[in-house]
Amino acid sequence: MKSSFKAAILFVLIAVTGYLAFYYAPIERSMGVIQKIFYLHISCAFSAFVAFGTCFYANLRYVFTREAKSDWLGVSAAEVGLAFITVVLVTGPIWAHPVWGIWWTWDARLTLTFVLGLLYLSYLLLRSMIEEPDKRALFSALFGIFAFLDVPLVYFSIRWWRTQHPQPVILGGPGSGLEPRMRVSYLLMWGALTGVLILLVSARYRLEALRASVEDLRREAEVR
Amino acid sequence: MKNLDSVLAAYLAGWAIFFVYYISVAQRLSTLREEVERLKALLTKGR
Repeated sequence: MKSSFKAAILFVLIAVTGYLAFYYAPIERSMGVIQKIFYLHISCAFSAFVAFGTCFYANLRYVFTREAKSDWLGVSAAEVGLAFITVVLVTGPIWAHPVWGIWWTWDARLTLTFVLGLLYLSYLLLRSMIEEPDKRALFSALFGIFAFLDVPLVYFSIRWWRTQHPQPVILGGPGSGLEPRMRVSYLLMWGALTGVLILLVSARYRLEALRASVEDLRREAEVR
Repeated sequence: MKNLDSVLAAYLAGWAIFFVYYISVAQRLSTLREEVERLKALLTKGR
């Protein structure tokens, strides 16, 4: 399937999920309309976890196999995950300001999410500083494995510590959960964002494969 | 509706981040494709 066709399908899906979030899902009783940010914010957070999980898997695989393809997947997933976590860090304060009266607070969940963004930004900066491809791949894979340790900390932070951030609504145990129309809207939004994630990771992977071809061709040109 | 502007701002900001990122990947891809063509032409000429 052509990538422009896939992008068109995703565009329609995103429009449908946007419609569901705004018109189909009911307005939450205590927060009002501002709660609708939740559909994008939480879906992006879960998609970022999927991206960082993929990066972790690729990094582990690179350490054991030294396959260039694992390195390409690692950097692609890390960069796309960073885009998703940036959306989380931007939409969170937009929700927080009318609800809490402040844009930001250094509680466990917010701080650990901010650190997560910084860790994967450092992962990409580290790659840009190492010229030799094998060394770059190995060092960044080891750093990526370390960076992933923050993901479970972000996920469990609201379960382990008292935080300003709301308690879990999804998979939060007894008493938690979503109203059925909210659940449908949320799951479809997450599905659409997973499509965006796959589209972006595959485009970024093609970029890395092409970069490797350029490096090979340059070496060949230098030899001559 | 109270705070509707904040909700719209959040969605616009979110989709803008994805769109800008996709454009940046597409631009880098196009630059690299041109570089591959240039290097291939250089190597063919050298033969």
